[in-house]
Amino acid sequence: MLGYIDKIREISKRLLDEGRVDMVVGFRKGSMPMMNEPSFIKNSGEVSKLVWDSNCGINLANYLTDRKEKIGVIAKGCDSRNIVTHILENKIKRDQLVIIGVPCKGMIDRRLITAMFDTEVREVNEKGDTVTVKGAGFEKKLKKSDILQDNCSKCIHRNPVLYDELAAPLVEEQKDIDRYAEVRRIEAMSPQEKWQYFEDLIAPCIRCYACRNACPLCYCPTCFVDESRPQWVGKSQDETDIRTFHFLRAYHCAGRCTDCGACERACPVGIKVRQFTSKLNKDCLDMFGWEAGVLPDQRPPLDTFKPADPGDFIK
Amino acid sequence: MEHMGVEPGRLSFSWISSAESTKFVDVVKDVTATVKALGPNNNFKKAADKVT
Ligand code: SF4
Ligand code: SF4
Ligand code: SF4
Repeated sequence: MLGYIDKIREISKRLLDEGRVDMVVGFRKGSMPMMNEPSFIKNSGEVSKLVWDSNCGINLANYLTDRKEKIGVIAKGCDSRNIVTHILENKIKRDQLVIIGVPCKGMIDRRLITAMFDTEVREVNEKGDTVTVKGAGFEKKLKKSDILQDNCSKCIHRNPVLYDELAAPLVEEQKDIDRYAEVRRIEAMSPQEKWQYFEDLIAPCIRCYACRNACPLCYCPTCFVDESRPQWVGKSQDETDIRTFHFLRAYHCAGRCTDCGACERACPVGIKVRQFTSKLNKDCLDMFGWEAGVLPDQRPPLDTFKPADPGDFIK
Repeated sequence: MEHMGVEPGRLSFSWISSAESTKFVDVVKDVTATVKALGPNNNFKKAADKVT
C-alpha cells in the first residue's frame, strides 16, 4: 500500500494545477505513530505532505458535509460508500467531487498494537505485509493480517464503489467472510444476558461523543444529545442516559452505516461501538438485501416503501 | 431494542386508523396483558428510581 502515495500525490498535483479542484482532502502524518490525520491541501506545492499507509482509518467523507468548493477526495472502499451516502442525502453534489479511489488492504488496529507492549510504541513502519513496531528496548515484526481493525478484517468492499481516478489497480475482495458471527452470538442470548452484555460494553463510556464526531453520517446541525429544548436525553452519566445515547446514535445510522470503523477507532476508552450498528447492518441485509453506499442510484430502505418490505412486527 | 435486551413484547407497533376503535381496544388490552405478564421493568431506570 505504501507505493500508492506517489500516484496519489501525482493525481492531487494534477487536479490542483489544472484547477479542477480547490482542495484535496487526504491524510498527513500525525504527531503520534499510527495516527494519521486528515489534511486539506490547497496548493500543489503541498502535495508532498500527503501520506498513505495502514494508519488512514479515519473516514474522509466526514469532511465533505455541506462543502461548497470543488474537492478532490481520497477514498478507500468505505469512504467511497459514505460519499455515495452523502450524495444520496444531498450533503454534497457529485459534480463537486473528483474521487481519487484507493483500493484498500485494510487498516491496522492501533489499540491492539498498543496493548501488546508494556511500554510506549514510538515507531511503526510497514513493508508489504509486515509491520515493524518499535519502542524503548523492543522491536517486533507483526503480520499485518493479524493486526487489522476488526471491521477491516471483515470488509468485503475494499475497492472504491465510485471513483474518477484510481491510485492503484483494484484489489481482490475478501470472500467467504463471516461478517456477523458476533451479532449472532448476542442474538442467541437471553434478554437479561443481552442487557448485561451491552451494560458491560458501555460501562466505561465518558460521553465524549468522539464516536459521533468521527462518523460521516452524524452531520445534524444540532445533535439530539446537545439539544436542550426539548431535551431528548439526560446529560448525566447515569447508565440510562448513556444507553439512550448509544441506541439512538445507532438507530440514526440504520441503513446508512458502512462499517468503516471510524467511530470505534475514535473512542478514547476503546468501546466497541460497532456492536450496535452491526446488528442494524445485518438486519438491513437480511430484510432488505441492502448494504449502505454500494448502489449510487438506489434510495436507502428506510426512505422508500416497497410492497415486499417485512411488516410482521406491526400488530 | 430486543437485541439490546429489552424483552420481546415490551415494545409493540400497531397501525390503527382513527375509525378502528375496536381494533384499538383489542390492541391495548393485548399489549397491557403481555406487559403485565412480563412484570415490572427493572432495566433502563435511573439509579434513583430503582425499586430495590
Ligand atoms: S473497512 Fe474496508 S475499505 Fe475501509 S479501511 Fe477497512 S478494509 Fe479498507
Ligand atoms: S457508525 Fe461507525 S462504522 Fe458506521 S458509518 Fe459511522 S463511523 Fe462508520
Ligand atoms: S467515543 Fe467512546 S467514550 Fe466517547 S461517547 Fe463514544 S463510546 Fe462513549
